[in-house]
Amino acid sequence: MAKVLVVTSGKGGVGKTTSTAAMGAALAQSGKKVVVVDFDVGLRNLDLVMGAERRVVFDLINVVQGVAKLPQALIRDKRLEGLWLLPASQTKDKEALTDEGVGNVIAELRKTFDWILCDSPAGIERGATLAMRFADEALIVTNPEVSSVRDSDRIIGLLDSKTVKAENGERVEKHVLITRYDPARAARGEMISIEDILEILATPLLGIIPESQDVLRASNVGSPVTLNNPASAPARAYLDATRRLLGETVPMLVPTERKGLMDLLRGRRAA
Amino acid sequence: MSFLRLFSSRPAPAPASAPIARERLQILLAHERGTRGGQPDLLMQLREEILAVVSRHVALDPEKVIVRMERGKNVSTLEVDIELPNELAPALAATG
Repeated sequence: MAKVLVVTSGKGGVGKTTSTAAMGAALAQSGKKVVVVDFDVGLRNLDLVMGAERRVVFDLINVVQGVAKLPQALIRDKRLEGLWLLPASQTKDKEALTDEGVGNVIAELRKTFDWILCDSPAGIERGATLAMRFADEALIVTNPEVSSVRDSDRIIGLLDSKTVKAENGERVEKHVLITRYDPARAARGEMISIEDILEILATPLLGIIPESQDVLRASNVGSPVTLNNPASAPARAYLDATRRLLGETVPMLVPTERKGLMDLLRGRRAA
Repeated sequence: MSFLRLFSSRPAPAPASAPIARERLQILLAHERGTRGGQPDLLMQLREEILAVVSRHVALDPEKVIVRMERGKNVSTLEVDIELPNELAPALAATG
C-alpha cells in the first residue's frame, strides 16, 4: 500500500526540503520505491538539494495540464535505485495546480511507488494546502523556537480539517520532526525544550535532527545528507527517524554536545 | 596542526563544498535567467520542434518518448528517445 507523506511546517527555512531529500533517500536505501514531489511552484529547490537541477525537462504543472505524461516528468536519481523526483515548475503560475489535477497525479503515483513524499511550500496558502490535501501521514518540521512552534500548531489545525482524510472523518497520522536542534544552546537553556514542544503540539516525536555543517555541505554538492555522509550526526538522526516511520522501535537520542580532548584541556565548562 | 588533531574529536575537514555550490548555481542561473526575459529556452524549443517533425511522419505514442536533458557549463545535451512500433520498421528500412 502506497503512503503519501506531506513534509510541512508553515514557517519557511526550518528544513522541509532538506528533510524531504534526506528521508526520501533513506527510505529508498531501505529498499522502498520512493518519489519526492516538489510543491513549491515558482520557487522550487528540491531539484537543487537532490542534485538534479540540470536534468529537469518537465514538471508537476506540465503533468497536471497534460503537456507531459507522468513517466516523462519523473527524474530518476543517479545514485540510488528506487528514488525519483517530480520537480515543481519554476516559471508557471501556481494557480495552474488544481485539486483534481493534483489528485490524479497522486493517484497515478500511488500505483507505482511505496512512498510519495510531498515537499510543501512555506505558508498556509494554496500550495501548502494542496501539498497536504491527499496525505495519509504528515511530517511537521519544527525548530525549537517560538515562531516555528506556533506555525506548526497552525499547520496541525489544517491537517485536521483541510485534508481529504479529515473530510472523510479519518485522521492524517502526524509526526513532529525537530530540526536545527543546537545542543550547546539547549544546554544553556536558550531553546524551548523538546518536552515543551511535544506538550504544546500534542503530537508524537519522530526524530531530533541536530544543527550541523553536514547539512549545508550536502546541499552544496546536491546530495541528500543521508547519502552524502551517512555517518554524520544529522544523517544518523534522519536514518533513525526513517526507521521509526517504517514502524520500528528505535531509541530516541537527544543530540548532545561533542567535546574533544582539546576542549576539555582548555577548561571549557562541560555541558 | 595534524598532531593536535589527534586530541580533537573533530575529524579532518572534508574538501570544501562551497566551490561546488558556486559552480552549480552559476550553471543553473545562467540557464534560468536566459529563459526569464521572454526568450524561450533553446533546448525546450529544439525538443518541441524535433517531436513535431517526427510526428509528421509517425504517429507518436507520447508514453514512448523519453526526453533527457543535461545542462552543462559549456555544453548541454538533449537526448530524445522515440520508440517506434515494429510495423514501421520495414518502411523505415525501405526509405532509409
